[in-house]
Amino acid sequence: MKRRSFNQLMLAGLILPGMWRNIASAGGAPRVVVVGAGFAGATVAKYLRLWSQGRVEVTVIEPGSGFVSCPVSNLVLGGSRQIQDISRSYDVLRQHGIQMRQASVTQIDAGKRQLKLDDGTHLGYDKLVLAPGISFDYSHLNAVTGLDLQQHFLHAWKAGAQTVALKQQLQAMPDGGVFALTVPALPYRCPPGPYERACQVAYYLKQHKPRSKVLVLDANPAITSKRALFEKAWAELYPGMIEYQPVSELKQIDPAQRMVRTTFDTFRFDVLNLIPPQTAGRIALDNGLANAEGRWCDVDYVSYESKQAQHIHILGDALDSGLPKSAHIATSEAKVCASAIIDILAGQAPDPAPVFANTCYSYVSADEAMHVANVYRYDEKSREMKPAPGGGVSKQHSAGEAREARSWASNIWHDALG
Amino acid sequence: MRIILTVLLSLVGVTPLTMAGQADSHIRSLAASCAACHGYEGKSQGETPSLAGMPPDQFLDRMRHYRDMDDDGSVMNQHAKGLTREEISLLAGYFACVVPDGTACNTYRQKADGQ
Repeated sequence: MKRRSFNQLMLAGLILPGMWRNIASAGGAPRVVVVGAGFAGATVAKYLRLWSQGRVEVTVIEPGSGFVSCPVSNLVLGGSRQIQDISRSYDVLRQHGIQMRQASVTQIDAGKRQLKLDDGTHLGYDKLVLAPGISFDYSHLNAVTGLDLQQHFLHAWKAGAQTVALKQQLQAMPDGGVFALTVPALPYRCPPGPYERACQVAYYLKQHKPRSKVLVLDANPAITSKRALFEKAWAELYPGMIEYQPVSELKQIDPAQRMVRTTFDTFRFDVLNLIPPQTAGRIALDNGLANAEGRWCDVDYVSYESKQAQHIHILGDALDSGLPKSAHIATSEAKVCASAIIDILAGQAPDPAPVFANTCYSYVSADEAMHVANVYRYDEKSREMKPAPGGGVSKQHSAGEAREARSWASNIWHDALG
Repeated sequence: MRIILTVLLSLVGVTPLTMAGQADSHIRSLAASCAACHGYEGKSQGETPSLAGMPPDQFLDRMRHYRDMDDDGSVMNQHAKGLTREEISLLAGYFACVVPDGTACNTYRQKADGQ
């Protein structure tokens, strides 16, 4: 180490606290409003408080009264978890000095940097973070079927009341029945999720209604994630029980006859779990924050600032990032974004090339799981997050990986909400 | 440069966690990404090993092992290959000094001081 650089850095180190004077000079503490308290929203709120050492005011707008985790929610269908096992309170976020407001945003005024809430109040911000998750797009399906499908069939693709209701439908299904599950074309939330769900439903049926079947109607040409692993798990654990139909987009449904027509065939079902095509959360689409295709949002992957509006950052499943829409990616993006917002408020440049990991487990039974893991690194040429070398999936499902998956859930829940 | 800065801030008594992103937001955010499996601040709530306070030599040995071994289908084998040598080295210091006055952090500071 050269003495000169040492001294320069020493000086830099000692004057660091001064940067916060720059932040506060705009008139009090800067205010960040976060919309949505799922994995991304809860994490960005918590880390904004922690990494600014409480110097940034954070308000979270969330219509729900508590957090319910999508990861592990398929195990509620399988019967090895209850809904309360995957539910968490927002109390700890309050202990971090975050103001929680149970409300919905009805309008964003990007020019005035102001939100309108459904209780009629307005809320100003210096920076806005949208973590709106997904919305379901039934428009095409309703048009072709002439039905309001959202009224007829559960998705259970946002964990909570629908997860419990779908479990009840499964319990009420007669032995020998068919549990049909539709998979939309990519991109959708949690690529391996539908195939994990097939495992969990089969796990339940194998114990309680062994003459029944799971029918997977996939709009995609093949299983979209961990394909060989799922095929192996289905064959070994649930032989003859899971029927998989690729290239099977929904074309028509007859709720009375309990029949569904797809691209090539017609099938009978007893329970239909319709996982519809998805878009970014409506709040983003309705406020002009979608990209040219109109379904997802584009951001700068250094700061997560929207390409459509200044001072608005967008995270998680709402993005057209090309990355899997997973909880680990959502929380990792939230940390990069929190760090960047703090730097920007302090007049400093954020990390120009962020890097983060994604680890995602799927349970094939109550006590066996498998994973996909990748590091993603910012590519300055394409300005996108690209897979780094390495990465891959398990050799096979195992009990050891289920223990890792349990540890993953404990840690990510605690990290976001603890 | 990052190593120098991390060492320097350790020497002046500012630990990587309290020095916040000013010193190295790249490593701080990367280390935070490890939390999904290894816990907030590297303190695991489950079976996955805690990284907080791990002796840096142990951290480096394990990561080198994961990085250099053939694909065994393990999560860490797949992640370690995606990180740079510099990132792995800085993560070792970061997690050692999550426990600021612990043995691991003192060892790390002494080694860094001697370089």
